[in-house]
Amino acid sequence: MDDLKTMLTKRIALGVATLLVISILIFIGVEALPGDLAEAVLGQSATPETVAAFRKELKLDLPPVTRYFSWLQGCVQGDFGNSLANGRAVSELIGWRFANSLFLAGVTAIVAVPVAIILGILAALYRNTWFDRLISISTLSTISFPEFFVAYILIALLSVQLVVFPSISSINEQMSLFEKLHVIFLPCLTLALVVIAHMMRMTRAAIINVLTSPFIEMAELKGLKRSRIIVRHALPNALSPIINVVALNLAYLVVGVVVVEVVFVYPGLGQLLVDSVSKRDIPVVQASGLIFAMTYVTLNLLADVMAMVSNPKLRQPK
Amino acid sequence: MFKLLKQAPLSARVGLFIILLNVVAMIFAPVIAPYGETEMVGEVWAPSSKAHWLGTDQLGRDMFTRIVYGARNTIAITLCVALLSFFVGCLGGFVAATKKGWVDQALGRMVDIVMAFPTLIFALMVLSIVGTSIPVLIVVIAILDSTRVFRLTRAVAMDIEVQDFVEVARLRGEGNWWIMRHEILPNSLPPLVAEFGLRFCFVFLFISALSFLGLGLQPPMADWGGMVRENAGAITFGIFTPLWPAGAIAFLTIGVNLVVDWFLHQSSQIRRQ
Repeated sequence: MDDLKTMLTKRIALGVATLLVISILIFIGVEALPGDLAEAVLGQSATPETVAAFRKELKLDLPPVTRYFSWLQGCVQGDFGNSLANGRAVSELIGWRFANSLFLAGVTAIVAVPVAIILGILAALYRNTWFDRLISISTLSTISFPEFFVAYILIALLSVQLVVFPSISSINEQMSLFEKLHVIFLPCLTLALVVIAHMMRMTRAAIINVLTSPFIEMAELKGLKRSRIIVRHALPNALSPIINVVALNLAYLVVGVVVVEVVFVYPGLGQLLVDSVSKRDIPVVQASGLIFAMTYVTLNLLADVMAMVSNPKLRQPK
Repeated sequence: MFKLLKQAPLSARVGLFIILLNVVAMIFAPVIAPYGETEMVGEVWAPSSKAHWLGTDQLGRDMFTRIVYGARNTIAITLCVALLSFFVGCLGGFVAATKKGWVDQALGRMVDIVMAFPTLIFALMVLSIVGTSIPVLIVVIAILDSTRVFRLTRAVAMDIEVQDFVEVARLRGEGNWWIMRHEILPNSLPPLVAEFGLRFCFVFLFISALSFLGLGLQPPMADWGGMVRENAGAITFGIFTPLWPAGAIAFLTIGVNLVVDWFLHQSSQIRRQ
């Protein structure tokens, strides 16, 4: 058990180190701007006095290392500075949008994970039948499609041809949960189709991989039913790769929301990030980039930890 | 070559046909396209007709013409990115595998950090800082993508590096560079070719997504992802114009995937024999 603890501590320390390096990269990136932020924002025509005043306001006159630490300290305390575009606090802009993005990703995950695992098991159970082929063709094409293609096809079908779901998912705090779910149905479905395809293929592959082991042959020779072999003997042994894939796909979901949010004009963090990039609103880009990175790194970390816990082979120190 | 094509399964032939179609469109764009790339020729969002096979876009430009020119711009940039990413990634992977030691460690840690960061977010942040232009786009995406090539080539080259013939070459007194070019590169080609197909698909979808977000190629250049974005508004009126360029993206990706599948299958069979 001690081995497990040291390995977990090591892995978590690595995650924290990665985040620190990412924050340094994000910070240096802005430093590398030609000229500096003040000139970039105020434009060519600004007088030297205005530039100097603006610099003072953003504390650009202090040395970079000092600024990095004060920026980092601010980030940890939830203070990301002010937006350049409208002067509002970045944390205020980001807060409810991040919650919205998590809501979208969360609902998708709750629907997608069980469906993907069940379909994957079924595809492994009925391997090489028309059902398996149908599933493998449809997942291969979903993986090949860009997300916005899937999204627009769904809009064309479910929002224009049959007027069932809205094509624009604007939600606000006054809506009830049911109304919210109705509004975000299409973006959820788009994301779900993409992640289900990935997770299902991996689940199927993991189970089929286990099916070649001797203990499965033993179970077959004992005359057990195929469904019992898969659910009782193969599934527990395939659990570790499956858990890993699920966690990786959750991490993908967090990033995948960006494109889908833009398609459906959903007020999430991805939409804000894209808008801020085109407006070059750097504090907002820094903050939302950092939050995305944090979520992504945390979920990847979780994937590794869960894999270690569920698979004793990985617990052996190398 | 012809014999190989004759043995190819239907799926691979369909894939090859799709790729060929795109290459022809790419090379002969000005000959095939009935109108000019940015020429406004009709009503806004006209439905498809004899004069405009796929209708017209949001400024009244011919959709078919735009798609043909779009093949040229999008695929050319994707190829540049994929080639550059392969060059950087393979070089890094081979150097790491032959030099070992701290070089390998340093390259490996750098790649770990870049890969710990979601690619799309990284690209968005870089583009927000340096601005969008075609050379920047190519270099940024190629470097981000080369990390994945690096992982694969390093693993492949490590396997080859321990073989006897590399040992013999070393004893003969050949340098690292010679070994990389004459021993490791030829022996690692089959997995690398398949990987090139997969990377091409990934980069292609990635650039399309960036263009769709308005941060890739800039108008008035025809580019499939950007065309989806420009025409997106039409869909709520029941006009399916944006589905054409989006479909073109999906079409090419499926084609490349089918060929890669066939190639992987082939090379695994050769290894088994």
